[in-house]
Amino acid sequence: MALLDVQDLVIDIPTPNGVLHAVSEVSFSVERGETLAIVGESGSGKSLTSLAIMDLLPRVAKRRAARLTFEGTDLLSMAEPQMRKLRGNRMAMIFQEPMTSLNPAYTIGNQLMEALRCHEDVGADKARARAIELLERVGIAGAERRLLQYPHQLSGGLRQRVMIAMALMCKPDLIIADEPTTALDVTIQAQILRLLHDLKKEFGMAMILITHDLGVVARVADKVAVMYAGAIVERGPARAVFKAPSHPYTRGLLNCIPVPGRTAPGTPLGAIRGQLPNLIGRLEGCAFRDRCDFATPECAGQMRYIPIDASHDVRCIRVEAQKAVA
Amino acid sequence: MSNIAPSIDPATGPAQFDVAPARRSPLSAFLRRARRHGGLIIGASVLLVIIVAALAAPLLAPHDPYAQNLAQRLIPPIWHPKGTWEHVLGTDKLGRDYLSRLLYGARISLLIGVLTVAISGVIGTVVGICAGYFGGRVDAVLSYVITTRLALPVVLVALASAALVGGSLEGVIIVLGLLLWDRFAVVTRSATQQIARTDYIAAAQAIGCSTPRILFMEILPNILNALIVVATLEMAHAILLEAALSFLGLGVQPPLPSWGLMIAEGKQYMFFSAWVIGVPATALIFLVLAINLVGDGLRDVTAPENRT
Repeated sequence: MALLDVQDLVIDIPTPNGVLHAVSEVSFSVERGETLAIVGESGSGKSLTSLAIMDLLPRVAKRRAARLTFEGTDLLSMAEPQMRKLRGNRMAMIFQEPMTSLNPAYTIGNQLMEALRCHEDVGADKARARAIELLERVGIAGAERRLLQYPHQLSGGLRQRVMIAMALMCKPDLIIADEPTTALDVTIQAQILRLLHDLKKEFGMAMILITHDLGVVARVADKVAVMYAGAIVERGPARAVFKAPSHPYTRGLLNCIPVPGRTAPGTPLGAIRGQLPNLIGRLEGCAFRDRCDFATPECAGQMRYIPIDASHDVRCIRVEAQKAVA
Repeated sequence: MSNIAPSIDPATGPAQFDVAPARRSPLSAFLRRARRHGGLIIGASVLLVIIVAALAAPLLAPHDPYAQNLAQRLIPPIWHPKGTWEHVLGTDKLGRDYLSRLLYGARISLLIGVLTVAISGVIGTVVGICAGYFGGRVDAVLSYVITTRLALPVVLVALASAALVGGSLEGVIIVLGLLLWDRFAVVTRSATQQIARTDYIAAAQAIGCSTPRILFMEILPNILNALIVVATLEMAHAILLEAALSFLGLGVQPPLPSWGLMIAEGKQYMFFSAWVIGVPATALIFLVLAINLVGDGLRDVTAPENRT
């Protein structure tokens, strides 16, 4: 049984101009110890998807799904007090902005210990010991002194390490990392990513990594789901998706990345023409068809997933046609 | 800018992140900043003197503040040619020692200031934080309540309710406490709206904190510095209102030595014995000014952007 199973997740946001279909019929599952990367550009619905799992969506957003289970328990019908027991305890979240994700009024130690004591009836000594142990594990030297410091005394990289330690305090089964490296320096990004990857293995957790950085995905993900305009357009094992990208959007994304040695200096990088469609109102067919070189009138009709192989499928009815061209 | 410089050292590359700077306890950092703030020092000193005077009134007062001596009415204070050391600030129309009454009066003023702010602070903060955090319908209802309260003229309602329940110390405290919460609510509400959108509140939700915990442990400490300023303003406001009510005869009742009452009792002697009104009025001015200076200073000193 999958640790997390999401079937046909829909998130609608009512706006004055009509309903905004932020996420439409997203399905994926995460096994224990597995890293799923959700890739997509800004506004593709990847962050909302993760918030929907935690039931932390903004009040205006409405969540629906055919199935949303965590360890076999239904999250859709779960009452808020039960959900609160899961949050932070069994599933934890790491946010994008380490600079603003820590409460400036409390010391690091205070906040770390609180993450544990919200869920477990442990003494301050034990909580403190765990906080020190985890701070050391995430690579912060002088952990005991750090506990007494306030967030503003720490650099961005250090704060993100603290956030990771905080997420690990209760030994969660699932970590959702929402663009954990976006706000950091490139040099720190690599360190944080490696750290997350190592910790995931060490603690046997599952991880959902939300990112728009395909380089990140290639390094740590087991599975990839590419999102476009609120829908998953391609999903499969990371290796397969990178080796044989089958959706025109995935291919377009990969063409945008310069590869040292292969991309000759001076040649223009690939670009995807057009822009994201408006998601307000009734959506039909493939959302990418206006930007796609292979689109036919059929693409405005009902969409379905076409399997490439057993674990790799793509939401494109023209997959055969584009293979012929490629 | 010297605090930014050490982050990159050209000789050794990026600074060592794992060397923690020398630890400074929050209290010592606070005191260090407070010492540099002139207004805060002056205000706090005056306030401290008044508080000590009020607390130690029984020890400091040379006479019983209630003891009348009609043979010694309206003795002028010491700086007047006819003043005596027996009554340093003179006596009032009933021959009661003015210094003693002033000292005991400080107790009434401070008591009213503190208790009123305690009552109105709790009401206003709870209303404001709930309106700001929950938004939507809760906000609409609570904003309506706040607006309704803002539409009531404080002095008029205080006068009317004091007239209704009869003037007394407890009455004044309760009436003012129930009337002065609006600024707390307005300030708390808008500050909460800002804080509620921050990532660390989302992070607190994500680690499974309960809503009361988020409201009072995560949000409240971050808006406390704004509340301190409001509290001091309202404390000064309450003290002045008490004086006004007592002056009009609807606040603290004689023979309690309230400063407002002393001013009221002195008004008929204003032209020939100006000190009768001047002494309590000066005391009132100093107290209100000191409280305001402390409030402003605390805001400057506790503001998160000033932390180093």
